[in-house]
Amino acid sequence: MAYFVQQVINGMTLGMIYGLIAIGYTMVYGIIGMINFAHGEIFMIGAFAAIITFLVLGIVGITWVPLALLLMLMVTMILTPFYGWTLERVAYRPLRGSPRLAALITAIGMSIFLQNYVQLLQSARNKPLQPLVRGGVEVMREGNFVVSLSYMQMIIIVVTLVLMVVFSLIIARTRLGRAQRACEQDRDMAALIGVDVDRTISLTFVMGAALAGVAGIMFLLYYGVIDFFIGFLAGIKAFTAAVLGGIGSLPGAMLGGILIGMIEALWSGYFSVEYKDVAAFSILILVLIFRPTGLLGKPDIEKV
Amino acid sequence: MSAGPALLTIDHLTMQFGGLVAVDDVSLAAKDSEITAIIGPNGAGKTTMFNCLTGFYKPSVGRMLLDHPNRPFYLERMEGFRIASHAGVARTFQNIRLFPKMSVLENLIVAQHNKLMRASGFTVYGLFGLRGYRSAEGEAVELAKYWLDRIDLTAKADWDAESLPYGDQRRLEIARAMCTEPVLLCLDEPAAGLNPRESAGLNELLLFIRDEHKIGVLLIEHDMKVVMAIADHIVVLDYGRKISDGTADEVRRDPAVIRAYLGEEEEDST
Repeated sequence: MAYFVQQVINGMTLGMIYGLIAIGYTMVYGIIGMINFAHGEIFMIGAFAAIITFLVLGIVGITWVPLALLLMLMVTMILTPFYGWTLERVAYRPLRGSPRLAALITAIGMSIFLQNYVQLLQSARNKPLQPLVRGGVEVMREGNFVVSLSYMQMIIIVVTLVLMVVFSLIIARTRLGRAQRACEQDRDMAALIGVDVDRTISLTFVMGAALAGVAGIMFLLYYGVIDFFIGFLAGIKAFTAAVLGGIGSLPGAMLGGILIGMIEALWSGYFSVEYKDVAAFSILILVLIFRPTGLLGKPDIEKV
Repeated sequence: MSAGPALLTIDHLTMQFGGLVAVDDVSLAAKDSEITAIIGPNGAGKTTMFNCLTGFYKPSVGRMLLDHPNRPFYLERMEGFRIASHAGVARTFQNIRLFPKMSVLENLIVAQHNKLMRASGFTVYGLFGLRGYRSAEGEAVELAKYWLDRIDLTAKADWDAESLPYGDQRRLEIARAMCTEPVLLCLDEPAAGLNPRESAGLNELLLFIRDEHKIGVLLIEHDMKVVMAIADHIVVLDYGRKISDGTADEVRRDPAVIRAYLGEEEEDST
């Protein structure tokens, strides 16, 4: 039982990270109907931005952890949106209105480009970071097996939930959110009532990239090591999460993320760590076969 | 027809799709506080003209000058969303295009997006709940309520737009267009599919818009009862060309119009 609880905690934490990335996939899909495969790379760049910021802070002499974390968060949340915006502007906007396949291939191309760009600039070696947040609390004890919830896990879960609430409020309450929903439902009509569709799409990329950046920091702090390739796997997992939850649905992305995280953690805990990715992707295949609209997605009714 | 300068002047508008000339050298003028009806058989190029006006198509030839109170706009040179946000041209569609998953009220508020974005420092203040944001939001809700009241949908303000009955959706679409505070309202067959009672209500709404809001209305309509009852000025298109232009009486008597609608007369007596 204790072992199970521990795996659930681990899976939950992992799921939060996937969920944050998945929101970016889902929002972009909702508004322009394309899968932004370079989104995982934005996440990776976020992790790199955070580690570089940390090293620079070390040189400058700022070593107080809460301040360092805050600054890392700020720098990343400024830098990754810039990448997201640029990506949309140079790679996707010129292709708007072209066949879906063109946009898809461009996205994959941008993903490879960004990977190589980071590899060239930062080298292919692993980048380790010493644990910044240590310790945790004991949740339960069974024999000599101690279930613990680390402070890092708490931070990840709390930050993710807060961001989730903030973003849901933005979508539901603000003018930007309203414009995003309008563009999602009928882009031409949104333009006709004076919504600047291009800017709304840009802002969607910016928001998604900011969340991916935060996920990048969390990944860095949680695992303590990153390389230029982390965006690929995390990106595909988050994409799986978005599809599982129902692509286009914000709560769906979060739910999908948590489920994928759980499946991975429990599979690693009870079967084999080597095959955890197989488990996650089998879910993707099953969902695509049996419920292509995902758990919270609504069937797409053809417009007449 | 009232005197005074035209609000919209279309000059030699031509729209070609490959070999097909959908709109062929059409010139017309529409005025403030007037309902200008554009009629013609199917395929006459009426909707194509609207699509040119609202930036969906770039016309092959021609000029479309809108004499906006702030400054004149050449619509053929503008990007789609600017035609709505800057020049103040709003339109509705033959097949209704509301935002189906938004509430009735939200449909009306999102139409005021531009005004709101300007007032809210592009959402930045909104996140901090600043006062300017709140008051602008309040005004937007007021305007939305005014139109809800006008179209008798106040009781259904929280319904999803898609769950409204057809006639209500039509009226809501017009109200949404009016919430963008246009100077020119382009309506594409607003009476299509309405029953006689709803149709009469629509006439009343359009006359109200003309008389109280003093804006220009361009109306594509097949229902001659509606056109004859409310249009101040009628333009008749056939095969992309303008064949007649004038008041309801003038157009009704124009032999070219009769020919277009009823076919060539038999040449048996000559």
